[in-house]
Amino acid sequence: MDLQKFFRKPSSKEVAKERLRLVLIQDRSAVSPQLMDRVRGRILEAVSEFLEVDEQGLEVNLNHRETRVALVANIPIRKVKRGAGL
Amino acid sequence: MGEVLVVTSGKGGVGKTTAVANIGTALAALGKKVCLIDADIGLRNLDVVLGLENRIVYDLVDVVDGICEWRKALIRDKRFEGLHLLPAAQTKDKTAVNPAQMKALCGELAGDFDYVVVDCPAGIEQGFRNAIAGANRALIVSTPEVAAVRDADRVVGLLEAEGFQGPKLVINRLRPAMVRRGDMMDIDDMIEILAIELLGVVPEDEKIVVSTNRGEPASADLSCRAGQAYRNIARRLEGEMVPLMSLDIEAGFFNRLVKRLFRNGTNG
Ligand SMILES: Nc1ncnc2c1ncn2[C@@H]1O[C@H](COP(=O)(O)OP(=O)(O)OP(=O)(O)O)[C@@H](O)[C@H]1O
Ligand SMILES: [Mg+2]
Repeated sequence: MDLQKFFRKPSSKEVAKERLRLVLIQDRSAVSPQLMDRVRGRILEAVSEFLEVDEQGLEVNLNHRETRVALVANIPIRKVKRGAGL
Repeated sequence: MGEVLVVTSGKGGVGKTTAVANIGTALAALGKKVCLIDADIGLRNLDVVLGLENRIVYDLVDVVDGICEWRKALIRDKRFEGLHLLPAAQTKDKTAVNPAQMKALCGELAGDFDYVVVDCPAGIEQGFRNAIAGANRALIVSTPEVAAVRDADRVVGLLEAEGFQGPKLVINRLRPAMVRRGDMMDIDDMIEILAIELLGVVPEDEKIVVSTNRGEPASADLSCRAGQAYRNIARRLEGEMVPLMSLDIEAGFFNRLVKRLFRNGTNG
């Protein structure tokens, strides 16, 4: 193994690139609270057609992982609407 | 109809005004009819970079307020045939103009000029909104630094949301020696991170300071490296395929590509 390479301090440009990569993942996925409210509203609307949702407990968030962003929703259900299962 | 270009960056001080002055001068030298608009209201700069500060009578705010017709407000540069400047107002602020007014003005000017180039203020607020309102193409200026690239990326996002297609990148103040020793991001790094097309690369050049001191745009100085870069940019805007000039950087992917495309040298 090339020990020198292994212990080498990364060049400042490599550090800059890596920092930029991470900060841009955050920046690019940044969503305004207003937009999140609208997303929440539409999810509620869509799901309520079939299920009775506990609106107080509804949680909709964007989760940032290393390189990906996921929309995660936790939607507590009170009951299935009559006839919705047909 | 002419083209309306906005030169923007998000971050301040990266070289927008210098780019507007030099690209404008270079386009005029190519025989184009050019109107430069200083949209940095309250922080008027483009006039001094061009050396036209003593000739200002009317300004952008006078024009949108209808105090004066734009034809009367434009300063015609006597050194460069075809080059005109509409200066910013110095004693007002960004709220003195709104995007609808800018759009109408740029539309009118585009009927008379080959190029209307708008010098955008730093930031992403009303001054930016005004500057982009009438534009149909955008040039993003960024230096190879973390904060500048980050802000450039933000601006690219905002422009895309406004329906701009294919904003183009101008890398400014590149220092080949620093790139060579791994202490500055290179052309390929910038393109990879921002994922937009490259329009040109302007090296760090002391002559920019000298030419700004004198109020004589560097692109008129044939011995100036940065001036050459701006002249190349002007030709690319005109649709010419101009290879990147050699900055003596270890050839990265982009340079190799360009070299392959233009085998006959890289000193255009
Ligand atoms: N390629 C270059 N080499 C050396 N100096 C440069 C270069 N480009 C710009 N500069 C210098 O950097 C400074 C800032 O440039 P400029 O005023 O064009 O930036 P700006 O983006 O318009 O700033 P602002 O955001 O305040 O409007 C000036 O002093 C200018 O001379
Ligand atoms: Mg400026």
